[in-house]
Amino acid sequence: MSSRNLLTTFAAAAMLTSTAFPSWADKATDTLRVAFPKQLESLNPYVATAREMVVMARHVWDGLLYRDPNTGEYLGNLAKSFQWVDETTLEFELREDVVFHNGEAFDADDVVFTLNWIAEPANGVSNQSTVNWIDSAEKTGPYAVRLKLKKVFPAALEYLSGPIVMFPKEYFNEVGPVGMGLEPVGTGPYRIVEVEPGSRYVLERNENYFAGPKGTPAINKIVWKTIPERNTQFAELLSGGIDWIWQIPADQAEQLGYGYTVANEPTMRVGYLSFDAAGRSGDNPLTDFRVRKAIAHAIHREAIVDELLKGKSKVLHSACFPSQLGCSENVVNYDYDPERARQLLTEAGYPDGLTIPFYAYRDREYAEAMIGNLASVGITVDFSYMKYAALRDLDHSGEIPFKFMTWGSNSINDVSAITSHFFRKGKDDYALDDDVADWLEAADNSIDVELRTANYEQALKKIADEIYWLPLWSYNTNYVYINELEFKPYPDEIPRFYAASWK
Amino acid sequence: MFIYTLKRLLLAVLVAVTVSFISFSLLFLAGDPAIAMAGEGATEQDIEAIRSLYGFNRPFVIQYLDWLLRAVSGDFGDSFYFKTPVIDLIAAHLPVTMTLGVLAITFALCVAVPLGVLAATRPNSFVDRLCLFFSVMGQAMPSFWFGLVLIMIFSIWFRLLPASGADTWKHFVLPTIVLGYYAMPAIMRLTRAGMLEVLSADYIRTARAKGLSQNKILFKHALRNAIIPVVSLAAVQLGFMLGGSIVVESIFALHGAGFLAWESIARNDFPTIQALILVFSMFYIVFTFCADVANAWLDPRMRVN
Repeated sequence: MSSRNLLTTFAAAAMLTSTAFPSWADKATDTLRVAFPKQLESLNPYVATAREMVVMARHVWDGLLYRDPNTGEYLGNLAKSFQWVDETTLEFELREDVVFHNGEAFDADDVVFTLNWIAEPANGVSNQSTVNWIDSAEKTGPYAVRLKLKKVFPAALEYLSGPIVMFPKEYFNEVGPVGMGLEPVGTGPYRIVEVEPGSRYVLERNENYFAGPKGTPAINKIVWKTIPERNTQFAELLSGGIDWIWQIPADQAEQLGYGYTVANEPTMRVGYLSFDAAGRSGDNPLTDFRVRKAIAHAIHREAIVDELLKGKSKVLHSACFPSQLGCSENVVNYDYDPERARQLLTEAGYPDGLTIPFYAYRDREYAEAMIGNLASVGITVDFSYMKYAALRDLDHSGEIPFKFMTWGSNSINDVSAITSHFFRKGKDDYALDDDVADWLEAADNSIDVELRTANYEQALKKIADEIYWLPLWSYNTNYVYINELEFKPYPDEIPRFYAASWK
Repeated sequence: MFIYTLKRLLLAVLVAVTVSFISFSLLFLAGDPAIAMAGEGATEQDIEAIRSLYGFNRPFVIQYLDWLLRAVSGDFGDSFYFKTPVIDLIAAHLPVTMTLGVLAITFALCVAVPLGVLAATRPNSFVDRLCLFFSVMGQAMPSFWFGLVLIMIFSIWFRLLPASGADTWKHFVLPTIVLGYYAMPAIMRLTRAGMLEVLSADYIRTARAKGLSQNKILFKHALRNAIIPVVSLAAVQLGFMLGGSIVVESIFALHGAGFLAWESIARNDFPTIQALILVFSMFYIVFTFCADVANAWLDPRMRVN
């Protein structure tokens, strides 16, 4: 029995039992018990890079700004207000009613200290791409700060409302980054009161939380467990040991019975086929537009989304995630049309079909479905399924003519985090198109939204016209939790327990 | 005996060095470790910085020798992921694994030895076949599957035992059964074979002729002699369990060394993986060496061979 079948069987058996035993919700003790598969290496958000830490950081700390997940609007959080002074300077006026969990008052010194500390590469912030655009910060008043950027960086607001959170200067100087990772102190809606490194954390509502956009948490306590095995998480949920889990495969989620809510949300991750249109890997059939177009018509994206990805996944046509700023979906669409694909191959000089190498690193079943589609129009592939690191190594050296990849944009809601990454003549660029690179550069180096959008639209249009990429689909994730919990998931894959409540 | 011990020791050291070399090399086969560490969104500069920071740009042999020399003195470097010394991480996770390993081997011995004796007293009977079936099932069932079945029965249906964690003795019951069950077939079959051989020996016939009770013959005279190779086997099995509990620890969310290995593999935390492979192998090598020496000490024929 394959492990996939086993999972389904297990879920089915569990479903039968779940109807017999009601869940043991911890509503009575006002404690929400959640489980995550990955172990946190540290509780310092500038050290730990796992998505779980992003989630933890949103609960324990605050950023200067806050992006409303419903409207996408940037609001003040620790900052009362903010403004662009010029294209590389931001000014913030800070709240005066904020206190850290240890009682230390929050002011401009904490902000200046944090921003300058994370901007210094020697301090070793793990994910440098989130901070390497910061030049320096200076105090302009007890509750006023000026931030200088190294270059024009339109996604600055996104980072300031996400991964960049404020540390208490005095406490941090006392305990250092390692101490912060063991006994964290923030300003957030929850404070950490118990730590079993890597396995269990207890968060308690911050009764002194300021009246910010996150609101006052309704649930008093969160018990956060690390359970790596998906089936064990399921067992704990069904036996009443935990109340909430996420990233559950569709087939398992479908099996759950009465007593549980399954919420499906799209994520920012997109799947795509990339072609070596520029011929970096040498002379190959994919430099011929007709072959690329034949592949675009051969892949039955709708069927794969309906049968395999399910949920809120959607077929994509533009080389970005629809909610990202600048993501124009006004591009040419290529429908599933195997007859047209065969005709195009004949026109390209391959009436008897052709064989091409094909690479992938995840979602083998999706790759195999596409291989089946390609075979039906006469394209045979020499398939290589590799580890991500090995594939990226080969990819950067320009040796991969045709591949199935995915990209999560680091959850940055801006086209610069995806299209610009792949089409500005870097090592990932297999199109090497001057026009596209120029449009993207112009858009990336401006904070004028209209100008950016116009340039991104032109670039995305040409990428679709020339089929440098065939965007495939967006991914989705399932959240499973007990019916007593009122919880709303969002596409940025950040569960907000501070906004959850009991029914 | 001294020459024999020296030979086995030399062999153990050679195996350890070979394992260390293979474990060090394997990690580089999965692609450039700098790219793996840098993650999806990293730029070429980020990757290059990691490469020079961790010395991946040095020749492979130099990296290996440098690592080996430090490893001998207990310095496995810092974990790429946890940013703390690997030796501290292993020290923090090993107690759970040791507890589980000792409990599992004790459980395996407590069940498999009586079964082996029972089977030997009624060779080729229904009882013998039943004991054999029971123990072979343990080897045939994958641990993850057996673990999930037990969780389903005892955690979900009857809600008697917890499915994950290591907070109380109850948390160790299911993992002990799963890990111990896997070791049972070999112990049971060795006990059975040993008992069969001993029970046909002359001194047992003499004991019977003297009119000693069946229990006295079985447990005082026969089992004492038959169990010697079983003890050696148990030592080797314990080594296997300490290194082979990765799946069991992951299923039951026991944060032991096996769980650490699982996490480290998933996160390309090379220093931790390398150290764990070496430590697990050393357990196995040391226990095997002890078993060899113990066997040779008990049975002089082995020294000659």
